[in-house]
Amino acid sequence: MDATADRMAVKVAAPPAELEREPLVLKHRSLAWVSDTVAGIAEGKTPTWWWAAFVPSFLGMLMCFLMIGYLFSTGIGVWGLNNPVGWAWDITNFVFWIGIGHAGTLISAVLFLLRQKWRTSINRSAEAMTLFAVVCAMIFPAIHVGRVWLAWWLFPLPNSNGIWPQFRSPLLWDVFAVSTYGTVSLLFWYVGLIPDLATMRDRAKSAVRKFCYGFFALGWTGSNRHWRNYEKAYLLLAGLSTPLVLSVHSIVSFDFAVSQVPGWHTTIFPPYFVAGAIFSGFGMVLTLLIPLRTLCKLEDVITVRHVELMGKVILATGSIVGYAYGMEFFIAWYGGNPYELYAFKNRAFGPYWWAYWTMISCNVISPQLFWFKKIRTNIVAVFILSIFVNIGMWFERFVIIVTSLHRDYLPSNWGYFKPTIVDILTFVGSFGLFLTLFLLFIRFLPLIAISEVKGVTPLADPHHPLGGSKGGHH
Amino acid sequence: MSDIFPKWTNKLPLQIAVGALLMGTAVSAGCWYYLTPKYTRVGYQPIQPVGFSHATHADQLGIDCRYCHNGVEKSWYSNVPAAATCLNCHNAVLSTDPRLELVRESGRTGKPIPWVQVHKTPDYVYFNHSVHVARGVSCVHCHGQVNKMDEVQHAKPLSMAFCLECHREPEKFIRHPKEVYNMDWAVAPEVQANAGERFVREWKIEASQNCSACHR
Repeated sequence: MDATADRMAVKVAAPPAELEREPLVLKHRSLAWVSDTVAGIAEGKTPTWWWAAFVPSFLGMLMCFLMIGYLFSTGIGVWGLNNPVGWAWDITNFVFWIGIGHAGTLISAVLFLLRQKWRTSINRSAEAMTLFAVVCAMIFPAIHVGRVWLAWWLFPLPNSNGIWPQFRSPLLWDVFAVSTYGTVSLLFWYVGLIPDLATMRDRAKSAVRKFCYGFFALGWTGSNRHWRNYEKAYLLLAGLSTPLVLSVHSIVSFDFAVSQVPGWHTTIFPPYFVAGAIFSGFGMVLTLLIPLRTLCKLEDVITVRHVELMGKVILATGSIVGYAYGMEFFIAWYGGNPYELYAFKNRAFGPYWWAYWTMISCNVISPQLFWFKKIRTNIVAVFILSIFVNIGMWFERFVIIVTSLHRDYLPSNWGYFKPTIVDILTFVGSFGLFLTLFLLFIRFLPLIAISEVKGVTPLADPHHPLGGSKGGHH
Repeated sequence: MSDIFPKWTNKLPLQIAVGALLMGTAVSAGCWYYLTPKYTRVGYQPIQPVGFSHATHADQLGIDCRYCHNGVEKSWYSNVPAAATCLNCHNAVLSTDPRLELVRESGRTGKPIPWVQVHKTPDYVYFNHSVHVARGVSCVHCHGQVNKMDEVQHAKPLSMAFCLECHREPEKFIRHPKEVYNMDWAVAPEVQANAGERFVREWKIEASQNCSACHR
């Protein structure tokens, strides 16, 4: 360590201080520190906070399954659905969860192609979040079909009914969009994990751990050839995932936009949904990572700079969403269609006004606080605002779905949707499922891409006094 | 690596891939064969309470289908006759035969013979016999050559694909109404091609394919 301290004193030709960027890994942490810290979270004794989080999550997951079992055994009537509101929390939850996934893909694919190096600290956990959010999302459309044992009819399989699914229906496009998204996200996540799985394997003490990590590391040795193939595969998958960032939520928005319901039949939906999805995804990434960086002592890897950058993304996408809300109203008035105008007036001032204004406060007003650097860099403030984002984006989907349905053209077809306890517990339980999966992930897999973070530490720079090949003979 | 996995495991991925492929094929083929109505329904032949032979009555004696199933032209339902219909003849023929005891009893008491239904459409399917026989769909299409059966058996799958086969191309199946109850009627394909198209055109047949035609 003495030698290290000496070298730190060496002067380097650095850019002027005002142009200097904050490093992505702080305190001149060594490469070994990165491996030890990150891999250490999945090794050693299970921390108490993990159990404290896992037990309620697991119970929540069981509750979700119990509610789903009750739904299957009894029927869709256990939910508050009825005419005229045939879609409510089920589809709200679907869109909510699938939207959350988008941050993972954006961080892993788009930021990779754009060479945004700050992604490396958060991409692994964001991708895991994506996967688990997709799992939660897939549950809701699958269970809302009523006779769930016939849910395989969603897929174009040959059958003795002699018919195919309706290929002109966006609901079928959804099946393809979401399953493609799930598959590509899983592959992308897994490919990125391979070098780190090999690290875990090489550090493993017990035979079981050696076997499990070794099995999934696919024989990775870190040879030049492995790295070249890996980088090529990663780049290709990034290219493949990038259109998915846009396509998945566009298609989810078609579920509504392609219909003719006033309040749904809107051309702005695809971009507006995509922006909202990224907005909600970054909200969830922050909600998960802010406590995690403290609990796992990762403040030097997931730095305030990372948090701040995500705050900026939230500000940008939140403003796009706010613009879309405004534009919807403008078009409803400017388009001159009385039904359309009524749908939007009813949205803001009808019986669901409280949902609408919750949405506006959480999605449009509160993210504007991110204009201030003081707030962007205040971890507690960012955490609280990120929770507002989550709440707001759930309400957005609720508002779009329920307020558009609850008043049909004829007042005899008016109603007011109220969730039942089963609706509520299923949704709460889906968080249990999500958090269970996420907690298992951080306990058994490296939650930060070790190999990638090493590539962006200041010490990875061969011109850094401590960096490159340590002997300094380059 | 070799300290964790022995060398032979290098072959595993290939073996697993091939195995999964074979397994997938086997499962698909198994479902295709065993889980479709072609297998699950065709061949169903319950033992009936009275050993009534369609072969004897319809084929050998040449009794028209409608003598017994006399509601078929007027109703959605093709009825099974009351014992009285049987007894029109069996009062005189085999009037003391013990095999017909149940029929005579039913005739006396009015309590129906507990026939076991062979052909069932599910509750969610609306099927109307009269419209089909009136527009040239023969009994044979859905029930097979009942006139050759001693004990009635389920001859056709009656799956939705089976219905749609005809609803998509009715001209290939419909015949002149006077041949509907002719169980042995055969036609050359080229004759059917011309006649079928003419029937569809002249009778203005619109074999519906929308969901609510059958699932009302």
